[in-house]
Amino acid sequence: MNRQTTIIPESESSLPSLKTVDGALQWLGSVDHKQIGIMYLVLALFFFLIGGIEALLMRTQLAQSGLNILSPETYNQFFTMHGTTMVFLVLMPGIIGLGTYFLPMMIGANEMAFPRLNALSFWVTFFGGFLLYFSFAAGGAPAMGWFSYAPLSEANYSSTPGASYYALALLLTGIGSVGAALNFVVTTLRYRAPGMGMRDLPLFVWMVFVNAFIILGALPPLNAALSMLLIDRLMDAHFFMPASGGSAMLWQHVFWTFGHPEVYITILPAFGIMSEVIPVFSRKPIFGYAFVAASTVAIALLSFGVWAHHMFATGMGNTVNSFFGAASMLIGIPTGIKVINWVGTMWGGSIRLTTAMLFCIAFLVDFTIGGLTGIAFAIVPIDWMVTDSYFVVAHIHYVFLGGSIFGVFAGIYYWFPKMSGRLLSEKWGKLMFWLFVIGFNLTFFVQHFLGLMGMPRRVFTYPDLPGFGTLNLISTAGAFMMAIAVLVFLWNLWITLKKQPDAGEDPWDAWTLEWATSSPPKPKSFTRIPPVRSRRPLWDLKHPENPDYKDSQQPEESS
Amino acid sequence: MKTKLLIQAFIISESLFFITLILAYVYYGIYETTGPASVQSLEPETTGFFSLFLLASSITMMMGRRGFVNNRYTALKAWLGGTIVLGGIFLYGQASEYVKLYGEEVTISRNIFGSNFFILTGFHGLHVILGLIVLCIILSLVSFGDTRKISVTAIESAEIYWHFVDAVWIVVFTVVYLIPLLI
Repeated sequence: MNRQTTIIPESESSLPSLKTVDGALQWLGSVDHKQIGIMYLVLALFFFLIGGIEALLMRTQLAQSGLNILSPETYNQFFTMHGTTMVFLVLMPGIIGLGTYFLPMMIGANEMAFPRLNALSFWVTFFGGFLLYFSFAAGGAPAMGWFSYAPLSEANYSSTPGASYYALALLLTGIGSVGAALNFVVTTLRYRAPGMGMRDLPLFVWMVFVNAFIILGALPPLNAALSMLLIDRLMDAHFFMPASGGSAMLWQHVFWTFGHPEVYITILPAFGIMSEVIPVFSRKPIFGYAFVAASTVAIALLSFGVWAHHMFATGMGNTVNSFFGAASMLIGIPTGIKVINWVGTMWGGSIRLTTAMLFCIAFLVDFTIGGLTGIAFAIVPIDWMVTDSYFVVAHIHYVFLGGSIFGVFAGIYYWFPKMSGRLLSEKWGKLMFWLFVIGFNLTFFVQHFLGLMGMPRRVFTYPDLPGFGTLNLISTAGAFMMAIAVLVFLWNLWITLKKQPDAGEDPWDAWTLEWATSSPPKPKSFTRIPPVRSRRPLWDLKHPENPDYKDSQQPEESS
Repeated sequence: MKTKLLIQAFIISESLFFITLILAYVYYGIYETTGPASVQSLEPETTGFFSLFLLASSITMMMGRRGFVNNRYTALKAWLGGTIVLGGIFLYGQASEYVKLYGEEVTISRNIFGSNFFILTGFHGLHVILGLIVLCIILSLVSFGDTRKISVTAIESAEIYWHFVDAVWIVVFTVVYLIPLLI
């Protein structure tokens, strides 16, 4: 074979048809950041459906007390797989996918810094996900909770190979995430359009950039702990076996050294999406750009100093508890600053209530509720009262689902026209929004009360105490509303992809560089890059009479 | 430039991986354990002797890069070869140490000392092996391939990684071999 022949012909479209062999191969062999970004999002959607079905089965089992739809063993596997799937195979690929697609475009770059590393990161994550699910066929899925507490995860308590698959799969997805983070760092630092300084970066890019450093700091400790767990299980080492000199506490320390930054890894890009979508649909520049960016850095630093608030119930002593309690309350401050900035951006703006904007508003409300229950956990005595109860389940879902996933949905409704060239139906979108948000609040708001009433999490059924049955039934009904909402979303995707492209370059009249390309963008996104002289290059282009850069100050400081 | 930045960011993340393992080693109170499978099974003198080869390989690597910058391919090849040989001798030392310990039934499953010792030195050894593979690839490209295709950043990046492997070993050697001598 001489050097001229290629196995896969170069694609002329950025969205090759899957109906031809060449098109399918162009997806499989792609190193293009736009195609890889879409593949990440499809992977996340696929596992979102799987994880959602697991959740629905669990909620069905919990609809009444004493049901026997799932056996206790199956239930344990399902809540473990649900948590692991949603965190590592939905949130991570979801946010990394949006970052992979839009970070280069928003800084005016045609590609990530390392396209092949990008593809490697995706495929490692992809196979990590399927390796995790292979455990069902290999003798049983992991059944020890997504945080895999030792010694429950050890061979003598988890005899099926599930926990080993958990460790291997998460090592793979962890390596994939580190690869993506390396790419984000180098791309942001080296591939910005001429004239774009770090103070001109779109806030989504800022968040993904800072986020990449959290990934680089948080995933390696997890990988180390997973290696130790794997060696414990497969080679009879003693790391997490208290009976033979190991320590179960060390697993918790290392896991949460990763686990708490992980919360911010999944929420920061959602913050970034909020900071892009809210200004565009409020027709105002972001209020307090510098505060939004700087508070992100503060969150990133603080996120590494709060891990032990997941361990107040392990008896670490009052000194340690008070330190981590105080640190956890501190992290509420930069997060609160952001909420105020978003509300300040909407204040006095001419708000357009598109589906994307609706998701942002729901995010503001529900994420703040999740934040408030989070602050409640920082108060150690309250934590002792409600730890391991449904109060915790309610809290994590308000931040992960009401926060991160709402943010991802806002991003998808906002950017779908750019990725596909077609606007998602607003009619179906709004129906999906209301079903999803009402269903979400029905499901999880009542779980606060269940937790306070003493219902423990991770138990497959519950006694018929006063109120338990009703509240659980409400929760289950809400879960099914969310399921209908997801079906509406899939239907919306289907009918939208069937129709002719109708979006045009810039359907929302937005201001960042990705909207200066065609929709969907050509394989080479930018043939020429608009001049970047302020934070809103497209505003300057559309309004030459009143460009941002003519002000000596940035807009929000002068207005 | 971007490749150097990549390798630097990669090293930050790799450092945290090793810091976790080293903190675990200290956390487990390995120094307090005595008896047949403990720090007393180690031979700091022998391992220290082999460590000198790894330290020297950092210098030869640096000389190789300098040779390349001055366009002296012969120098680069010689220094690279030297680096690979020195790294190989270090690995031989580690392998013979493992064989000796295995003979004394000190294994990863024997006790918490064995688990910690082998995971820490083992992951370091793995990084040495990976570094040697990278160096071998560069050496064969320089020797048999088109030298114009080797960029100076490729060699600089390999050098940064190799120094990192060396630096990790200095910390590991201090924690595992030297501190027990002081206690």
